Amino acid sequence: MEKFNPKLHLPILVFGLAAPFVVPGLTIQVAVLWVMVLFALTWDVMGGQMGYNSLGNIFFFGAGMYICAIVQIAFITDVGAYTASNGGVRITFTHQEYFMGLICGIIAAAIGSALIAAALGWTVFGLRGPYFAIGTLGIALAAGELMGTWEWVGGGGGISMPVYPGSADGKAYLFYFLCFAAAVGTYLFCSWLYSTRFGLAINAIRDDEQKAEAMGVHTLRYKTIAWAVSAFFLGISGALFGNITGFIEPLEVAFPTVTFGIFMVAMSLLGGKGTLWGPVLGAFLFHFLKEFTWTYFLGWQWVALGVLIIVNVVFFQQGIMGWLMEKFPEKFGIVVEKKEAAE
Amino acid sequence: MTDAPVIEVTGVSKSYGGVVANENVSLTVPAGGITGLIGPNGSGKTTLFNSIVGYHPIDTGSIKFKGEEISTYRVPQIARLGLLRTFQQTRIYSNMNCIDNMLISIPHRRTGFRDMFKDRADKPTLEEVDRLLDFVGLYEKRRLISGDLSFGQQKLLEFAMALMNKPEVLLLDEPTAGINPTLINGLIDRLRRANEELGITLFVIEHNMRVIMNMAQTIYCLAHGQLLAHGTPDEVQNDQRVIDAYLGAH
Amino acid sequence: MWDNIAILTAAPVFNIQLLLDGLFIGATFALAAYGLALVWGVMNVKNLAQGDFVMMGGYIAWWLGTQGIHPLWGLPASIVIMFAFGWAVYVLMIRRVIDKDMFTSLLATFGLAIVLAQALNLMFGPEVQTAESDFPIRSYFDNAVTIADIKLVAFGLCGLLALAVVLFMKNSRMGQAIRATAQDARAARVMGIDTDRVYAFTYALNAAICGAAGALISMIWVIQPFYGISHSIRSFVIVTAAGFGNLPGVIMAGLGLGVMEQYGGFVLGAEYQQATVVALLLGVLVWRQIEMRRHRQVVQ
Repeated sequence: MEKFNPKLHLPILVFGLAAPFVVPGLTIQVAVLWVMVLFALTWDVMGGQMGYNSLGNIFFFGAGMYICAIVQIAFITDVGAYTASNGGVRITFTHQEYFMGLICGIIAAAIGSALIAAALGWTVFGLRGPYFAIGTLGIALAAGELMGTWEWVGGGGGISMPVYPGSADGKAYLFYFLCFAAAVGTYLFCSWLYSTRFGLAINAIRDDEQKAEAMGVHTLRYKTIAWAVSAFFLGISGALFGNITGFIEPLEVAFPTVTFGIFMVAMSLLGGKGTLWGPVLGAFLFHFLKEFTWTYFLGWQWVALGVLIIVNVVFFQQGIMGWLMEKFPEKFGIVVEKKEAAE
Repeated sequence: MTDAPVIEVTGVSKSYGGVVANENVSLTVPAGGITGLIGPNGSGKTTLFNSIVGYHPIDTGSIKFKGEEISTYRVPQIARLGLLRTFQQTRIYSNMNCIDNMLISIPHRRTGFRDMFKDRADKPTLEEVDRLLDFVGLYEKRRLISGDLSFGQQKLLEFAMALMNKPEVLLLDEPTAGINPTLINGLIDRLRRANEELGITLFVIEHNMRVIMNMAQTIYCLAHGQLLAHGTPDEVQNDQRVIDAYLGAH
Repeated sequence: MWDNIAILTAAPVFNIQLLLDGLFIGATFALAAYGLALVWGVMNVKNLAQGDFVMMGGYIAWWLGTQGIHPLWGLPASIVIMFAFGWAVYVLMIRRVIDKDMFTSLLATFGLAIVLAQALNLMFGPEVQTAESDFPIRSYFDNAVTIADIKLVAFGLCGLLALAVVLFMKNSRMGQAIRATAQDARAARVMGIDTDRVYAFTYALNAAICGAAGALISMIWVIQPFYGISHSIRSFVIVTAAGFGNLPGVIMAGLGLGVMEQYGGFVLGAEYQQATVVALLLGVLVWRQIEMRRHRQVVQ
């Protein structure tokens, strides 16, 4: 596990804690930044560290979002009736009802997503390389389509989330800090995970899965857990994000495969996949670039995003961290050691 | 050294489509010894190895490891029993450094759920890694990315990884192929030491006659998928059928 | 759902309608999938922009239609334009991803798919469009089955195009070079084949095939900027089910997919038509996985 490094961690911590008070107008944008950090980190568990490039991880974001919404609503009323009214019935939640629902919702979202991941594992983990990427992409696309036809959870019309029983500022602060905590939690968890045998094993699977099998590594077990870990944190992020937007709907909000779903890949690649800091760096860069330049593209921003992905993949695949490692290997401990010197 | 067989192959046949790769092959590998497997290219040596370690189902016959039928087991299961193989084309985890390559090669025989999340490098394991890397002469390069090592060094690393796994039996697929002749003597010496000091049974495919004749106590010779001859190195070297099929072809 | 099945059994003539519609549309799927099989087999590039090439071809024909030119002229036009476009894409990006790992080409072409879909959206708007060919629509079986003549024409053209490509691959110098490169690129290089040119041609040919499929789709069905991804997935379903280098398989799988989609849409409801495609994809992938487990072989 990484030691606390004041030069590296402190500025981020200070930024995270102070941001909503320094720039109150941008609280939500910064909250989304933390969600992006979480996205990139969770994608990298699979894509970067284990070599299973999923194009459908966004599925767990949407699953968490729906699970949380259902739990929150079920806390006070019948879900079918609530969604059928399509926001017509404005049920007022008391503080207690709301927060209990939210807490249980987030926990259920995390665990539920992880369980779905474990269950899906057997279907997709036999798929290697491109088949895995396309298979997972298929799962995410299918989920969006199917949720749109499931009337009990609002169908294509979506669900209006329970209204926060307090001021808008209070809501913004609450969810900001929850997002921040989720991102920090994901980071700490990944940092710990990569320091264990688990980290080694998934790296081994990335480099040569057949060899790992031949050496007796329980590959399926590691792969399933890695996916469940991704899904666990993505479920939390989905639960939070659904509450932030206040309205969820299958195609654009819950399963945005070609936006958030592809952002996670782009961010990890930009920062450098297979490293702990690469995804974090990539998320910061990508989000800042996006927030500052988006409006100047006059509608061509999505084209620009596609171009960014192409350029990133084709010309700069190793990402920033990978490039630094190539440039300064000795800084990363890649050195020839004389035996005497090591003693 | 005992003569109790650790691997017993009885009447194994394997064909790919119409091509018969192994036909009714029977052999035994005694525990604690070094057994060689020779034969011309395409005689089915690697196929036999693959059958033993579980890469593909066999058509008929039986394969036993310490009396346990393993011909229906899958690769990781067999590896966890303590029966390991190296590859003809060296296979290492090429984006990881040598230490990490070694650390992940620890035995997975009795790993439970909690072992998966143990610290990756505890002290005794690291000492073992250093000792084995020193044993194969890679200590100085242990922090380099293994994919950047030369072919011979990768081969040595793969061998060290196999030792790290503490197997009972090690199946080596052409350990000296592609290795610089001056290194070969060192490798033979290390193989022998692994056999004597660590008590690992070796089963070796080898084309280099000098190497195999010096090392093995028993040698089996395959040709066209069938067992041609077996015996001590002297017996095999002087067997007319072996000379015709293989040695004489040079 | 059961009501719809009841309709099919009560009035078998509906089956003919669904079957024919499925075959007509399936022929275009097979055409696009053949292009994918080509680039996948020859260059090992998994082209996720396949469906967006199809849409581009469709918009070329549709746009010509709005300019007063009959959309059937869009067929040769989109073949030519898409060939050039494919060549340009190859030179600009595909050339650089060929030697990289498999995910690279997939992700790079996914980026391309986003660019193309969004660009089409900005240029032509997000509305669903059909190119009007003004062919008569005829009824058969006492008006129970209606078929637009354009569908028959398109079906015939599909067959002709497929035949042309097959003959080209078999007999022309370039076709032979492509097949040689597919088998062993290094050997082909050693024998003096300019594999870079072969790759460029293959990719451009694929784009042209997609363009043709798109032009036909724009006349017999609908096009929309964001429908590309579904067409890509269809191509992947077909190629994964049939395997590349297996032209009869691709044709059968393509026609079969078209028919299954029509039935899925009719029986389950139109909103499930997309889901049917994806469900088929997952089904095919799982089936393949089981197959692979059975024939597990070792890589030396």
